[in-house]
Amino acid sequence: MTATLIFLALLMGAVVWWLVRQTINVKPWVASAPSGAQQGVGFLAPPKVALGVLLAVITSLFALFISAYSIRMELSDWRPLPEPDLLWVNTAILFVGSLGLQWAWRGAAREQWPAIRGGLVVGGGCALAFMAGQVLAWQGLAASGYLVASNPANSFFYVLTGLHVLHLLGGLVALARTSGHAWAGALAKTRLGVELCAVYWHFLFVVWLILFGLMLST
Amino acid sequence: MAQVAHDAVTDADLRPFEVAEEPLYHPKTFIGKYIWSQDAKIIAIQYGITAIGIGLVALVLSILMRLQLGFPESFSLIDPANYLQFVTMHGMIMVIYLLTALFLGGFGNYLIPLMCGARDMVFPYVNMISYWVYLAAVLILVASFFVPGGPTGAGWTLYPPQAVIGGTPGTGAGIILMLISLCVFIVGFTMGGLNYVVTVLQARTRGMTLMRLPLTVWGIFMATVLALLAFPALFVSCIMMILDRLIGTSFFMPAMIAEGMQTAYDGGSPILFQHLFWFFGHPEVYIVALPAFGIVSDVLATHARKNIFGYRMMVWAIVAIGALSFIVWAHHMYVSGMNPYFGFFFATTTLIIAVPTAIKVYNWVLTLWRGNIQLTVPMLFAIGFIFTFINGGLTGLFLGNVTVDLPLSDTYFVVAHFHMVMAVSPVLVVFGAIYHWYPKITGRMFDETLGKIHFWITFLGTYAIYYPMHYLGFEGVPRRYYAYGETAFMSESAQDLNVAISIAAIVVALAQVIFIYNVIKSLFSGEKAGHNPWKATTLEWQTPHTPPRHGNFDEDKLPSVYRWAYDYGVPGAKEDFIPQNVPSEEMAAARAQGETSAQGETKADG
Repeated sequence: MTATLIFLALLMGAVVWWLVRQTINVKPWVASAPSGAQQGVGFLAPPKVALGVLLAVITSLFALFISAYSIRMELSDWRPLPEPDLLWVNTAILFVGSLGLQWAWRGAAREQWPAIRGGLVVGGGCALAFMAGQVLAWQGLAASGYLVASNPANSFFYVLTGLHVLHLLGGLVALARTSGHAWAGALAKTRLGVELCAVYWHFLFVVWLILFGLMLST
Repeated sequence: MAQVAHDAVTDADLRPFEVAEEPLYHPKTFIGKYIWSQDAKIIAIQYGITAIGIGLVALVLSILMRLQLGFPESFSLIDPANYLQFVTMHGMIMVIYLLTALFLGGFGNYLIPLMCGARDMVFPYVNMISYWVYLAAVLILVASFFVPGGPTGAGWTLYPPQAVIGGTPGTGAGIILMLISLCVFIVGFTMGGLNYVVTVLQARTRGMTLMRLPLTVWGIFMATVLALLAFPALFVSCIMMILDRLIGTSFFMPAMIAEGMQTAYDGGSPILFQHLFWFFGHPEVYIVALPAFGIVSDVLATHARKNIFGYRMMVWAIVAIGALSFIVWAHHMYVSGMNPYFGFFFATTTLIIAVPTAIKVYNWVLTLWRGNIQLTVPMLFAIGFIFTFINGGLTGLFLGNVTVDLPLSDTYFVVAHFHMVMAVSPVLVVFGAIYHWYPKITGRMFDETLGKIHFWITFLGTYAIYYPMHYLGFEGVPRRYYAYGETAFMSESAQDLNVAISIAAIVVALAQVIFIYNVIKSLFSGEKAGHNPWKATTLEWQTPHTPPRHGNFDEDKLPSVYRWAYDYGVPGAKEDFIPQNVPSEEMAAARAQGETSAQGETKADG
């Protein structure tokens, strides 16, 4: 459970620090007229805060899986499986997708529609290609006899990669909606959507790096 | 963001949101208004009715259990397998589908937007989906009663391997439906939880600083944070157990012989499941307790006409309990064969968490001290909660210590402890809260006499149920047993106690009919409540309409907040309470002054 505890300690530390800063010198019993400064977290749009919270939940989910992985790994029946080389290609594809959305984000800040639309296409296309690549990797492994139930290492490989793909799939729904806004030319909504998608894509890329690194090293 | 007008505050120093706020969804049809509703208040009622409905099923299950324990061999319809299924489903439903859903989905949805001074949750559509996903989870759970083999009988902790292998009731479709239902519940909850957190953070009205939030909002907020971070642990364990059950992986399932056959499982770790489960399971206690703490604080302050004692300490205690609740989980696993130092660590953290909890209890009692106590029905339930919570909490100190826990583990002492502390206590708060906010939700008063009868039977009855169980536990009577037969260690009077407990349980269960009758009857014939029958300070009592309409406050402006939620009995004030949205006379004068000078400046600029 170490991975989970470290993650939670960091998160709780941040939450408590923020709360203490907000609350330590306040005398709540003193009445005063409201001022503009007394509202919200730095005036971020609610969807951005929501994405932050959602990422914390997803991180908690993966941290728990990683904890379970490291506990289960210690038992005697664990036989590491050879990760297919295809995964390196998939990693590169996912990275390009992340870059594409970063490009779109920059474009959105400068109101450059070709960059926005191009970036969205790259991001979405790469995500689809990555998922296809993962499916190929699963098929390859299954064909060489590494079935999901034959060893816990295999089970974890399929579950972790599968869960990651599912999260990417959810991201594609948001990406499709944002693309709708982008092609309709709604700037404010596109800006927000592109930013959220880009952050989510970067996040899933980092999660993938951690998962991939964990599976390579064990 | 299209700036919403607030009375008395200029928008000059506010940076606008970069995306316009979606216009409030306005339903036109009956279905849009009451079925597929995006209004948090309607969603709250939907959550409430569903949760209480499924809770009644769990109540009936507990009565069936008590019938068997009190009068063994009298009821042929209860066999050992049924009994275990009743135990399991009673526990799971009460903890997750009733209490979690009711506190967060029910009270959270109703109270967060109103108390923060918002028109609605920030993502009303997601909020609506959250309820329907929750309903799906409940229906999947209910479906498991009707599949071949029935629901799972593995105990609410669903420990492998016995939850999965043959011999345990409900290892067919029952356990699969249970696990799927939990996963669906968690997905639905996450949608709602995002709403609750972001609404508290981002949608508070002008002047509603964090330290002016009513403690109810603090409790629900922190419980939601815990739930968002802890439910993934249950999600992870459910997924892995589904895979173990369905496709034969060995995450949790060790190599074993079951029913005379070598199973295909190999090398899995049941202890891993226990860690994951309790990593969720302990925060779950506080997911249920923190909203209760918050609500009870507000009910006590309102009905004692006195500010809550130590508001800041109460807030920090909530935060501290929330943070600490993640590092005590293994105190549920003292008998799993853990390293003694590991047990020592968890016993220590468990005792540390008693400190902020005790601070809260002292503050509640000190709030009552020399207050102008009104023994209304909500107040009775709130005071009943303090008693019950202290009782249940003190036995927690016994069980938190490894050496005391070992002999008491898996006895009725444990059953008595957790029912006092996380079943009866929060349920008393649920009742208190329903009585407290009933006039706002329905616009009518409930019947006071029936409410008091309901309180006294429930309060005294639960003591008649759970006090004797401590004694049974000391005798070593094990929990989850269908029948005891002849034993050397149990005194003969143990069975007499079981009979008495069962009778008390039946009386308490029947008394809930009074509550339901009162709620329904008062809906039609209750006296009109007016806007603020309790003379309370928080914003939900200051709405222009009762029940509040969609959008909560005046159509063209949101309230501004000038003070905390506890200005009761302020010396020199005209009335014994000052609502949060009322400025003091000096402030009103300064405001008028400011407006005049601002107009002057505008003219000069022109």
